[in-house]
Amino acid sequence: MLTGLIILLPLLGAMLTPLAARSGRGPAALTATVATFSSLAVAGFNSPPVFAGGEWHLFVPWLPSLGLNLSLRFDGLALLFVLLILGIGLLVILYAFYYLPTEDRLGRFYSLLLLFQSSMLGIVLSDNLLLLLLFWELTSLSSFLLIGYRPDSAEARQGARISLIITAGGGFALTAGLLLLGSIAGSYEMSAVLAAADRVHAHPLYAVTMLLVLLGAFTKSAQVPFHFWLPQAMAAPTPVSAYLHSAAMVKAGVFLLARLFPDFSNTDVWFFTVGGFGLATALFGSYTALFQHDLKGLLAYSTISHLGLITLLFGLGTPLGAVAGLFHIVNHAIFKASLFMAAGIIDHETGTRDMRRINGLWRFMPYTAALAMVAAGAAAGVPLLNGFLSKEMFFAETVHHQWLGPLNWMLPLFATLFGIFSVAYSVRFIHDVFFNGDPVNLPRTPHEPQRWMKLPIEVLVVLCVLVGVMPERLVKPLLDAAIESILGSVPTYSLALWHGFSLPVLMSAVALALGAVLYGVRHRLFAVHDRLFPEARGEKVFRRLSTRLRWGARRLMVRIDNRSLPRYVAWLLVLATGLAAWGSRHGLPLRGGQELMPVDGVSLAAALVLAVAAVGTVLALRTRVIALIMTSVVGLVVTLTFIHFSAPDLALTQIAVEVITTVLLLLVLYFLPGGEPPSIPGRRRALDLALATVAGVGAALLAFAVMTRPHSPISEYYLANAKPLGGGGNVVNVILVDFRGFDTLGEITVLAIGATGIYVLLQGLRLPLPQASPGGRPWAPDRHPLILAVISRPLLPLALLVSVFILLRGHNTPGGGFTAGLVAGTALILQHLASGLRWTQERLMLRYFPLFGAGLLLALLTGLAALLFGRPFLTAGLIHIELPLVGSLELASSLTFDVGVFLAVVGTVMLILENLGRLSTTQPPRHPAETAEERGG
Amino acid sequence: MEALVAAAIGLLVACSVLLLLRARTFAVILGLVLLSYATNLFLFASGRLRTDEPPLIGLSDTYTDPLPQALVLTAIVIGFAMTAFVAVLALRARGELGSDRVDAETPEPPP
Repeated sequence: MLTGLIILLPLLGAMLTPLAARSGRGPAALTATVATFSSLAVAGFNSPPVFAGGEWHLFVPWLPSLGLNLSLRFDGLALLFVLLILGIGLLVILYAFYYLPTEDRLGRFYSLLLLFQSSMLGIVLSDNLLLLLLFWELTSLSSFLLIGYRPDSAEARQGARISLIITAGGGFALTAGLLLLGSIAGSYEMSAVLAAADRVHAHPLYAVTMLLVLLGAFTKSAQVPFHFWLPQAMAAPTPVSAYLHSAAMVKAGVFLLARLFPDFSNTDVWFFTVGGFGLATALFGSYTALFQHDLKGLLAYSTISHLGLITLLFGLGTPLGAVAGLFHIVNHAIFKASLFMAAGIIDHETGTRDMRRINGLWRFMPYTAALAMVAAGAAAGVPLLNGFLSKEMFFAETVHHQWLGPLNWMLPLFATLFGIFSVAYSVRFIHDVFFNGDPVNLPRTPHEPQRWMKLPIEVLVVLCVLVGVMPERLVKPLLDAAIESILGSVPTYSLALWHGFSLPVLMSAVALALGAVLYGVRHRLFAVHDRLFPEARGEKVFRRLSTRLRWGARRLMVRIDNRSLPRYVAWLLVLATGLAAWGSRHGLPLRGGQELMPVDGVSLAAALVLAVAAVGTVLALRTRVIALIMTSVVGLVVTLTFIHFSAPDLALTQIAVEVITTVLLLLVLYFLPGGEPPSIPGRRRALDLALATVAGVGAALLAFAVMTRPHSPISEYYLANAKPLGGGGNVVNVILVDFRGFDTLGEITVLAIGATGIYVLLQGLRLPLPQASPGGRPWAPDRHPLILAVISRPLLPLALLVSVFILLRGHNTPGGGFTAGLVAGTALILQHLASGLRWTQERLMLRYFPLFGAGLLLALLTGLAALLFGRPFLTAGLIHIELPLVGSLELASSLTFDVGVFLAVVGTVMLILENLGRLSTTQPPRHPAETAEERGG
Repeated sequence: MEALVAAAIGLLVACSVLLLLRARTFAVILGLVLLSYATNLFLFASGRLRTDEPPLIGLSDTYTDPLPQALVLTAIVIGFAMTAFVAVLALRARGELGSDRVDAETPEPPP
């Protein structure tokens, strides 16, 4: 459980910081700090057994059928990463508080940062491949949001987009790889997967699985050729860069290499892919870093090169290589975070990051300069600093490896080359920025930053020195625990400063000396480099590809989608007709075996009325009021159909809806008066007619085919059990409020959502109010006719009584919450129509949001009440009550549910109609003087 | 009788398609109303046509299928909400674009 807290606490913080930010930046930062610190404390309290070689496990089944479980492991490797993620996270939180402008309330920033932190912790603590994948994608998403933190900057948007495409693309490959790995191992639990290392090695899909997993790791850890998202991501605020590119994000990839090391390592394929990509990345990154003029660009490529170094170390496949890799992960996180923070301060103070302009800062900010110089020294591998130690180990490992046979000497050579470039760009960072003459045309005069802004850097730099001086005491226990959890045993190694004079020492010395020389001749080098590589390649290719892809997509879209609704409808119909034709290509019998019902005269007459009204709707479209009346006639015939064919409930509902729909459409019509319809070419008209005919004939045939087939519905159960189980005689109502109450709950929720959507759409809507009816006649001056008002007022209580009656009797006879709600809504709307909006509102004092909210809540609570009695959600209960005068009364809990439905329907209907009505009354139409005459005629 | 109801459904569908293919919002709204009538009738008819057998326990010996009725009942109410939503959407579109056309033609200039 405690292991889960390590992930949960930052997640909780991510939710709380936006709330805290409402009361200011301080509370937001404090919340973020407390969340991170408490998570760190939990990790710390649980660490002693881990240092001793133990592990904490948490296993909660989640979707066991899929092999996905909430299983966490807190072992040495996880501990190492947890300490890095949380420790540096804490410093970044402090740094960001001073770095980001004071206008920024920081709620969003800290929330995203903690979300990211939490998902990183999830990756390193996962003991299940699928769970790891979940957190992996979460880091991609949250880092996307962090890099694009300033959405108004095009650079930030592009950087975020590229990083998301690359890392999520890698995540896709990783998904495939981990699924394969899990199926080879027979389980997605990490422990089982690691235990099955031999089986994985022997499996024919070993190489494919490994390459897919590596694709995920390489994209995340910015290995060549996927490196280019990382420099682009420098558009993020510097605290984000300091975090993502030192302790987090990019370390997720190398973490995966470490975690799955036993499963994949120690084969030729592993060495040549991991080692090869690592070496290429290390050399490319360190070389390119030297030629960056942007301070953060230099650091970005330096990060790439160090990630390459770590990858190479794991690629060697030796136990000591893995130790060195882990050690360098720690060291790089420490010095790179401090370098980014220092770069952020310089950017902050000078207003630029161009190293051709930032010179001679030593005079302005000697203290920061000293800190940055120590950190840069660590990056270069200067003795007595932490970077030196892991670099020595790296050199030693390259000397001792045996993979290349007669070409073994090449690796140390390349390693030294990497060392030379690293020294050169570190010297450049120090000399260009802090010395090298005077600053050129800076936007601001730099000076030392605030006291607290420097604290995180001080902490990190002190760590650089301490680790560099006494590594055995400070990091060996951690490394031992971590390597033990990877390999199962601790190889013998020593982290001493001085192992005696040997080849690695010579390599270090050569790197330091030649690196300084290389920096000395940099101007000539820059000229050569600019001539050879005028632009970064990978980025250019990516940009060209993505531009082409977007173009292609747009061209395709224009063909399909010309923003015309008729065209969409036509395409849909053509598609549907085509599919229906294809489905029945072998011929289907049109008529089923059911006996047909004879046609009676009344039905025929009704059908004729319906036909006339339906066709009339189409023909009368020019005069919209008439079209609307025709539609209502269709509705009335539909109501009659329901009555005739034994559906009294439907008829009641339909007639109630009919009234409300007509009122609604009349209100709408006020704003959509029509006018001349656009002329439609004859060919189009014929095409439309053909399409409509095909659709109509198809629907008719389908309906006929369905109706004439015998059927054995599942409704027998409902009919048999409505009374004994549901306590009601109206089976339709019992189905709605009891048997399928969950559906109904969903449906009234949809109603409420629709009403809310309408409310939002109407907010702030301004429409030109028509001064006259479409016929050119002005509106009647008598807006609320007296007779209507007088008659409607006494009607209200009566109508409400009717609606309550319909509601209460609904369980046994036609009626129920839906119909009652519609009737009540109609009664209330009548008051609005008769007496005006204000008059009615002053007296009714009903607020409709709370009304339908109460309805939903009541229905939900009725459902939940069943849980109290140990029954499933929405189980209805029956109570028999004997009352002295009334006699035996049977009350079903579904009545409360129906009341909820009633309230929700009333609230929805009223919210829609009242807001629509308000639209037409905010600016009342003017009444011209000649109104009276017109009215007379 | 089945053929008559089927023909009515077919006619409603044909008319609603014609209305949906018109390029102005009010026609589309009416088209949707007609289409929901047709759909409701179709769904209702899938329970087969019976007269004088309402699903009210005790009123007769045999009952018609109550399930399609329950489905159609909520569909009617939801259909109203959808009509209202589309209608208000049309108003909003008119407010924002100054036009009630739904094809890609140039909208008339706002008055």
